[in-house]
Amino acid sequence: MKLYQLTISQAKEGLEKKKFSVKELVASCLEQIKKLNPKLNAFITVCEEKTLKEAEEADKKIRNSQFVIRNLPLFGIPIAAKDLFCTKGIKTTAGSKVLENYIPVYDATVIRKLKEAGAIIIGKTNCDAWAHGSSGENSDFGPTKNPFDETRVPGGSSSGSAVAVATGMSLAATGTDTGGSIRLPAAFCGVVGLKPTYGRISRFGVIAMASSLDSIGHFTKNIEDSALILSVTAGKDSYDATTPPLEVPDYLKNLKKEIRGIKIGVPKEYFIKGMAREIEQQTFLAIKELEKLGTKIVEISLPHTKYAVATYYIIQPAEVSSNLARYDGIRYGFGREKFGDEAKRRIMLGTYTLSAGYYEAYYLKAMKVRTLIKQDFAEAFKKVQAIVTPVSPTLPFKLGERTQDPLKMYLSDIFTIPANLAGLPALALPIGFVNNLPVGIQILGPQFSEELLFRIGYALERQRENEK
Amino acid sequence: MKKLQITEEEVVHIANLARLKLTGEEVKMFCSQLSEVLEYMKVLNKVETGGVEPTAQVTGLENVFREDEVSPSLEPNEALSCAPAREGNFFKTGVVLEK
Repeated sequence: MKLYQLTISQAKEGLEKKKFSVKELVASCLEQIKKLNPKLNAFITVCEEKTLKEAEEADKKIRNSQFVIRNLPLFGIPIAAKDLFCTKGIKTTAGSKVLENYIPVYDATVIRKLKEAGAIIIGKTNCDAWAHGSSGENSDFGPTKNPFDETRVPGGSSSGSAVAVATGMSLAATGTDTGGSIRLPAAFCGVVGLKPTYGRISRFGVIAMASSLDSIGHFTKNIEDSALILSVTAGKDSYDATTPPLEVPDYLKNLKKEIRGIKIGVPKEYFIKGMAREIEQQTFLAIKELEKLGTKIVEISLPHTKYAVATYYIIQPAEVSSNLARYDGIRYGFGREKFGDEAKRRIMLGTYTLSAGYYEAYYLKAMKVRTLIKQDFAEAFKKVQAIVTPVSPTLPFKLGERTQDPLKMYLSDIFTIPANLAGLPALALPIGFVNNLPVGIQILGPQFSEELLFRIGYALERQRENEK
Repeated sequence: MKKLQITEEEVVHIANLARLKLTGEEVKMFCSQLSEVLEYMKVLNKVETGGVEPTAQVTGLENVFREDEVSPSLEPNEALSCAPAREGNFFKTGVVLEK
């Protein structure tokens, strides 16, 4: 087994037992980047020199005291950051030419916390510009390719982060999820992706897309690593007033508890016409596994599901048009003439729906339907503790297949959008392959129920490993 | 119901509000694409929302305060480090107000 193939917990164990050094670990990932990035285009910036230097310093610290590995939960672990996260002294483009020359003078709170926990930021990953997209194709720095089939998309917008983790270019990566931008690429690339509850992780220093929907999360190879990272990144931040003062549990503590007796809902509205049959089959296989683990599967209804995409594509562009208004090329970055088509489209859409005479018909109406979508989930969670659904109605699609048809592209997120509208946590995990392409499901729970989602995800992951 | 069609004048007006300069080709493209997307939004008219309160904040937080304490912030040189043009400790911009 190569070092880049390790999970975080395996890497930590190896470092502790002195099987390899931090430098050897990061060098293994850097080698993967050199080998695969020219084809897959997962990184916009690779911090090779800085990473090697930090690794040497980390090894020195280990020589001084073995305890650093135990005291710092991510000590010496190479992590990639989506290029939407401000990184002090490292170019941060948001995947857009507008910010092609932007070098932040501060770290996003998440980056600061990861570094304080000992992580090494190995580079910045490609994404749809401003996180606008479901395929990774909207990046001004070229599309990222799916490692399982280079003629297909890896899912977006956190395209590079998902690919980096799937191929071992880093052991984990940060992402953002406004309507599915972590879960869709996780499903398309066969990795674990967490979209936490709205506000669970600080948004400070992460370039804003739609502020009432943006959730900060991450990609990992397995559930345990995902729980470990959330224990580091979650919590109140005085720089983001939407982070509630709730205690951050040790998400690893109850991870391995059995899930017998837990009631899990399957919403009938998520098995729609137009869904690929193989995806439906794989989802039902996973549901059967959950039943074998002793959970009780209950059919539920979320009646307003069919309105989620329309609601989202009013609220989100409205907030986008407001957030992108700040890019004036005066304080940093280039001028507005550098915005790509999709950013322009969303700015235009949002400006239109917020403009005089249309606000009530569009924006206010959408905010009311959002309430009904949220209430659907509240009703469902009176009957069940968690909900399982597919992540995507289709397998990873071909590059170029949806780029000329914005509405078709928007509909890629049909199953992921509701969690953002309701502020719920959702954990995407791989459940199998169809035609050598990965398929994922998502587990949703009430706000701040991440601990339970990890438990269910872990049990399912283990069950699948045992059956291999 | 009549199919929604945004006019070229409307597209130019919105672009102007959003400080975007569009080419003639882009105006045409956005006319049809925005019309199509807005047409899709009409599905929401089927939802009865009388008496429903709008949701803007999902976790129910209200009026978040913090202590008003002095803490370090960016030095002027840091804050200006990415500015395309500066004069002293100021961002330099084009003329906004005419004499």
